Amino acid sequence: MKNTLRQVFHSSKFLVGFILFVLILLTIWIYPFLNPGNPLEMIGVGTFAKPGTYVSVYDALNTGTETLRLPDADDKRVDQLLSDADRVSMLEWFDIMEIDVSDLDATDTEALLDLWFEHYDQSIKPKGMTQAKRNFYKRLDNSVRQIRSADTLKIMHPEEGELVERGSINKTDYVNVGDVANVKLLPLGTDNFGRDVLKEMVSATGTSIVIGLIAGIVATLIGLTLGLLAGYVGGWVDDIIMFITNIFTVIPGFVLLILISYSIGQEQRGASVVAIVIGLTSWTWTTRSVRSQVISLRNRDHVNLSKLSGHSLVRIVATDILPYIASYVVMAFILQVSSGILAEAQLSLLGLGPKTTVTPTLGLMMNWAMLYSAHTNGSWWAYFPVILTITLISFSLNLMNTGLDQVFNPTLRD
Amino acid sequence: MSETRERKDYTNSPLCLSGRGVTKIFGLGDKKTVAVDHVDFDFHEGEFVSIVGESGSGKTTLSKMLLGLINTSEGEILFQGKPRNISSGRKKREYWKGIQAIFQDPFSSFNVFHKIDSVLLDCINMRGGRMLSHEKKVEMMTEACSFVNLKFAELTNKYPFELSGGQMQRLMIARIFLLKPRILLADEPTSMVDACSRATILDMLLDLRDETGMTIIFITHDIGLAYYISDTVYIMEHGRFVEYGKADEVILNPQAAYTKRLISDVPKIHEEWDLSTVELKAE
Amino acid sequence: MGKVILEVHDLKTKYVTRFREDVYAVDGVSFKIEEGKSLGVAGESGCGKSTLALSMMGYYFPPLHYISGDIIIDGKNISGLDPDVVRKTILGTEIAYIPQAAMNALNPTQKIIRFVEDVIRAHNPKADKKEIRERAQTRFAELGLPKEVLDKHAVELSGGMKQRTVIAVSTILSPKVLIADEPSSALDVTSQKMVIKMMRELMEKGYIKSMLFITHELPLLYNVTDDIMVMYAGQIVERGSAREMVFDPIHPYSHGLMGSILVPEEGTRGTTLTAIPGTPPNLKKPPQGCRFAERCRYATDECRYHSVPEKQFDEGRGYCCRLSVDQLREAYKNE
Repeated sequence: MKNTLRQVFHSSKFLVGFILFVLILLTIWIYPFLNPGNPLEMIGVGTFAKPGTYVSVYDALNTGTETLRLPDADDKRVDQLLSDADRVSMLEWFDIMEIDVSDLDATDTEALLDLWFEHYDQSIKPKGMTQAKRNFYKRLDNSVRQIRSADTLKIMHPEEGELVERGSINKTDYVNVGDVANVKLLPLGTDNFGRDVLKEMVSATGTSIVIGLIAGIVATLIGLTLGLLAGYVGGWVDDIIMFITNIFTVIPGFVLLILISYSIGQEQRGASVVAIVIGLTSWTWTTRSVRSQVISLRNRDHVNLSKLSGHSLVRIVATDILPYIASYVVMAFILQVSSGILAEAQLSLLGLGPKTTVTPTLGLMMNWAMLYSAHTNGSWWAYFPVILTITLISFSLNLMNTGLDQVFNPTLRD
Repeated sequence: MSETRERKDYTNSPLCLSGRGVTKIFGLGDKKTVAVDHVDFDFHEGEFVSIVGESGSGKTTLSKMLLGLINTSEGEILFQGKPRNISSGRKKREYWKGIQAIFQDPFSSFNVFHKIDSVLLDCINMRGGRMLSHEKKVEMMTEACSFVNLKFAELTNKYPFELSGGQMQRLMIARIFLLKPRILLADEPTSMVDACSRATILDMLLDLRDETGMTIIFITHDIGLAYYISDTVYIMEHGRFVEYGKADEVILNPQAAYTKRLISDVPKIHEEWDLSTVELKAE
Repeated sequence: MGKVILEVHDLKTKYVTRFREDVYAVDGVSFKIEEGKSLGVAGESGCGKSTLALSMMGYYFPPLHYISGDIIIDGKNISGLDPDVVRKTILGTEIAYIPQAAMNALNPTQKIIRFVEDVIRAHNPKADKKEIRERAQTRFAELGLPKEVLDKHAVELSGGMKQRTVIAVSTILSPKVLIADEPSSALDVTSQKMVIKMMRELMEKGYIKSMLFITHELPLLYNVTDDIMVMYAGQIVERGSAREMVFDPIHPYSHGLMGSILVPEEGTRGTTLTAIPGTPPNLKKPPQGCRFAERCRYATDECRYHSVPEKQFDEGRGYCCRLSVDQLREAYKNE
């Protein structure tokens, strides 16, 4: 036993998969301590906030400032405010006014603005330009002038019907993020409901793994029991079990899964119910492989010898059959867990996943992202990390399985 | 080296296991194959019997029937003069106290998850020694191991697969020594063992017989081996016994054509091996 | 003394286990076979006799690795050649190899004639189909195989027939050396006899010039080969003519081996079989002295700690032991 374990951990494939899986589990365990609270809390009012650090503007205003004179501060500010589309519009204006801009670099903000102030006049009405377009240029001009002119923003506060100046913000004022009372880091932004995607995903990964484990345990237990019965007892018991197994094999498991999920109804579909349903439809493979293993073991001499020693059927199965197929069962179990997680994701993507507002699952997160068109409006953070996590989990499990296969199947050894 | 063994005549000792019209048919209808076809036999107490046959002759099927691992299709097996009854699990267990086996492949005869100690302890328990003190059990195991020239102190806490094939087969004999059944069925116990260990194992089987007076049924394809070791030889071809009798009579003066061919086809060292008896042609 | 067809000089090969340990399976083997002669190799399982057969083909693939030594066939050294070159120029014309499971290596979807074509075309890619068929038919007829076999699939043939067909096909190019590793062990005695008869005809008709026959069955070896070599723990311990080796073995190991022969002949019932206690040494760490010392009843401390002087096994008698022939014979008499 110790030797087998040593061999298993000698396999680099198994080790990599195992470490990966343990890291995922550790994250699930530790992250809630770092970031406590309900993972489904809707902290954002809007949908799909980009990943990043969010600083409370209100608190920033009330935070003590330092004056920093950074030489490129202005340029950065202008660069940020003047979008590429604005620059193109400016170039269009020059084109209409037939101004030669051949030696102008549109990314050189300073030169562009100089040329703009030199030539733009709100009173000019180029021929053929619509009123809307002219207004657009007016607004553009106003905002651009503001960038250039104002050095100080005044903060006004209404008091007794009058606006009273409460303070001013200079362009050179800086606050230390650490001093601001409310700063929120959203490494993966928020989803359509304004929920912290990372926090939600960590919780969802946990739920998905539990679903996978339940599905795996259910499938392995059914598969093992039926396989042992069919293989060891043989005869008509074998015939009946194989008949049922064949029926289940012929009907595509996924279709069955969809039908069962659908017929259970939305209200009854909790995470564990879905897990059990997945387990109930995926045991055939385990049954077949256990059965064939048991049949070849049944005629081994050590089993005959055990019979001759007067051991009971239960004892023979438990001590002379089970230990020999344990490695296969463990491998089958790992694969079942992996496919259980994938099956949940597929089901949920189709809207047949667990009906829950308490715990998210990886599949549900993808379903929500899809329903709110995250994939078409470029909110990659709402679904891509989820896909990556599913891939990582099933990759690590399959890697462990391959590693075990190499240890237990000498023919696959290199 | 031990003295040349005394060969006693066992034909007058009481019957231990006999069969009348024992038949085994596998499959149904068109796929029906008769593996063992109405064989009669009488094995006496203390007799060393060999059943010789080539692969496919049905000797392994017969041995499984004798052991009660598979049922007979037809015929009757008598154990110690009375019809054998193994209809229930309890009766089977009772029968297996009287008959034990050593199989061909030592590597698959042991449960690789069990230590050698537990293999032997199991035998002591089966013989009703469950209540014995630990010291007494160790003493019995040590005695059994020394009977087969193994040292229990070196084997304890080891797993069977740490031994060589020859040592494993000897451990099997130690197991039989502890169980002391009336009948031992040895199914090609030396065919997967090296020539040098083979002699040791055969010697031990003979010792076992001499010491306990058990009947040994030895199944083999090697007619030379059968001749060397047994008192009585049964020659089996296509599920039937074509010839049987005392080893000297059958081997030195074979009557059946099949026995004659079998003997002539085995390479010899003192006589010329006549290759002209076979024709190179399509079979 | 005839022309030497096969000469093996100080051949050393090893296996590398998956834990990167070296197992020296063939450790310094030298011998010669003359034209028209056959040599048998006997030994227990794990003594390196099958590895010797594999190593002799010069066809190495992991985990088997070549270390050193020469394999000279008819004056041509084939050791250390590229496996591809070996396959194209050596196998089939210089050496043919028949393993125990050869009959199971036939692709069940192909007719036998296809294998003949493969063998011939490996050396002569332009060979004509009709010529190949004629050549195969002639050879099959010479060896007592019906020509209908050529158009059958492997599954339609019985075990003995398959093994004979494999031998006929692999010797179709008349190789100089035939290496047969337990070619008949999986067969029943009658088929075994046919295989042996056919191999003897191959020799007699000159289709093969020499043969190396490997088996653990001593009576068979005695009846098949001119000389017998006994191998133990990767080395050769004794060589001599078949009669000498069976009836007058010198090396204590050979003596033990020959004492375990069982044949259905008058007189064998009264004899006592010799048994050799113990197990062969671990070839990952071979003992420094004589490799048999641990199991040898005549071993002295000198045997255990000093290596045995090297002996050549070119022709005639040779053995590898510190004790003299007289000492050993005297010792055997007193047993």
